[in-house]
Amino acid sequence: MASVLAFFQNFPIELFIIQTLNGIVTGMILALIASGLTLIFGIMDVVNFAHGELFMLGAYMGVIVLSSTGSFWLALILATLIVGLFGAAMQIVTLRPLIGRDPLTTILATFGVSLILQNYALWQFGPVARKINEPYTGHFNLFYLEYPYYRLVIAGLSAAIIGGFWLFLKYGKYGIWIRATTQDRVMAQAMGIPVPLVHTAAFAIGAGMAAASGVLFGPLVGVNHTMGLDWVLKAFIVVVVGGMGNLGGSIAAAIFISLLESYASIWVNPAQAVIVSFVVLIFTLLFRPTGLFVPTPK
Amino acid sequence: MSQDTVAEPLVTLDGVHTYYGKSHILHGVSLIVGKGEVVGLLGRNGVGKSTTLKTIMGLVQPNQGKVTLEGRPIAGAPAHKLAKLGIGYVPEDRRIFRLLTVMENLRTGLDRPGVSDARKQELLDKVFAYFPVLGERRNQAGGTLSGGEQQMLAIARAMMLEPKIILLDEPTEGLMPRMVSQIHQIIDALHREGVAILLVEQNVPLTLEASQRVYIMEKGVIRHHAASSELKVGDAVIKQYLGV
Repeated sequence: MASVLAFFQNFPIELFIIQTLNGIVTGMILALIASGLTLIFGIMDVVNFAHGELFMLGAYMGVIVLSSTGSFWLALILATLIVGLFGAAMQIVTLRPLIGRDPLTTILATFGVSLILQNYALWQFGPVARKINEPYTGHFNLFYLEYPYYRLVIAGLSAAIIGGFWLFLKYGKYGIWIRATTQDRVMAQAMGIPVPLVHTAAFAIGAGMAAASGVLFGPLVGVNHTMGLDWVLKAFIVVVVGGMGNLGGSIAAAIFISLLESYASIWVNPAQAVIVSFVVLIFTLLFRPTGLFVPTPK
Repeated sequence: MSQDTVAEPLVTLDGVHTYYGKSHILHGVSLIVGKGEVVGLLGRNGVGKSTTLKTIMGLVQPNQGKVTLEGRPIAGAPAHKLAKLGIGYVPEDRRIFRLLTVMENLRTGLDRPGVSDARKQELLDKVFAYFPVLGERRNQAGGTLSGGEQQMLAIARAMMLEPKIILLDEPTEGLMPRMVSQIHQIIDALHREGVAILLVEQNVPLTLEASQRVYIMEKGVIRHHAASSELKVGDAVIKQYLGV
């Protein structure tokens, strides 16, 4: 009892608030990456192992556009569009011919693309990390910390992109096409929906969202050819914990896991805090394999 | 009455062979549906009735034989193109988009290029007049509807395409008698509008009443063909092929 009391007396409330903020910021970025991943999985049952490389490619496109135009916002928009187009081309060339085949073939294909992209980036840009300068350099005082405004911008923009995407899915004509195709590919086709085109478009949207998160997150970590690896692993955990193909679940899971990791790193070092995600993953698979944030299917 | 007397053929199948993987399902099916005609397709379970509809819809591809729509060959065309050319499909298990609302289900067929907002409203008004319950439940998820309501939604959804022909696969399966007579009324109403229907059914009396001609299938081929008025429920040929 005394030790519980001591715990609360010594509870690092300021650190807790800071870590809540950090958790939400990384959670929003993770949600942006995972939304694309879960969209792609939901609509064509493809586990996209190249998703982290699309994130990385987006960050490099951001570096290139930023260095030639000087505008962060232009870099964000162009990187999203270019990688979106690249995603469309990738889907047409590597995945469209494999539709209806064993899922293993698409896993191998996307894994192959991820290796090609990583090594291309290494060859083209070299092993030294590049820097994206943040568009806002201001700070505000949060207890003993100077907290950068830009982190809040990241969270807000990610939320705006995800919100816009959600509205598009809910109300847009093509959003309804995407949802109908996700639920029943064959019937969607019988209703006149051009399913192969919808698949390509969904892949392009997912790729564009990964690229946008790459540009947004670039200023915090530096851009290198392996930056996608950590994120795609976490995004996979999020997609499974949130319920495969469930967009709302993925967003909730991204924030949930990021918050848990942030809180854990109050007491253990950040490398050990990653363990928390895996623990959540294992417990989800053991007790709610359909995902934490979906009602148990009847 | 023979096949050749169909004045204006809309859909024709000529010697169609279809396989699922290695199993040979259709062994040379030939049939004709005329413009605005209601044609019944009878047969026991597993004789290839649903496969015939899927072959017309382009959901399975025939390995051999010809399929035409208004004289144009359509075998091998993808289903979404055929839907645009005027083939509506109401599958056996209804296949409502369960997480989409009633309205969104209808919009999957309505949001086509070249349909004006006024025309969209007309089509919606029409199906809500036929199926008032769909109008009441327009914002409810398709998966929450009862079986009969889902069947109505499946038919209404196909009507959104303004099809020349609707392929109806066992629309009365598992429905209560009141719903069955409602389906019958809808078939009659569509017939009056000039929409052709290829009706696959186990319900022989309904099929004979609602259709002008029937084909009877067995083991992947058409065994018998007659005007519906020439057949009665107790006829030997019905007993022979359907066992009822």
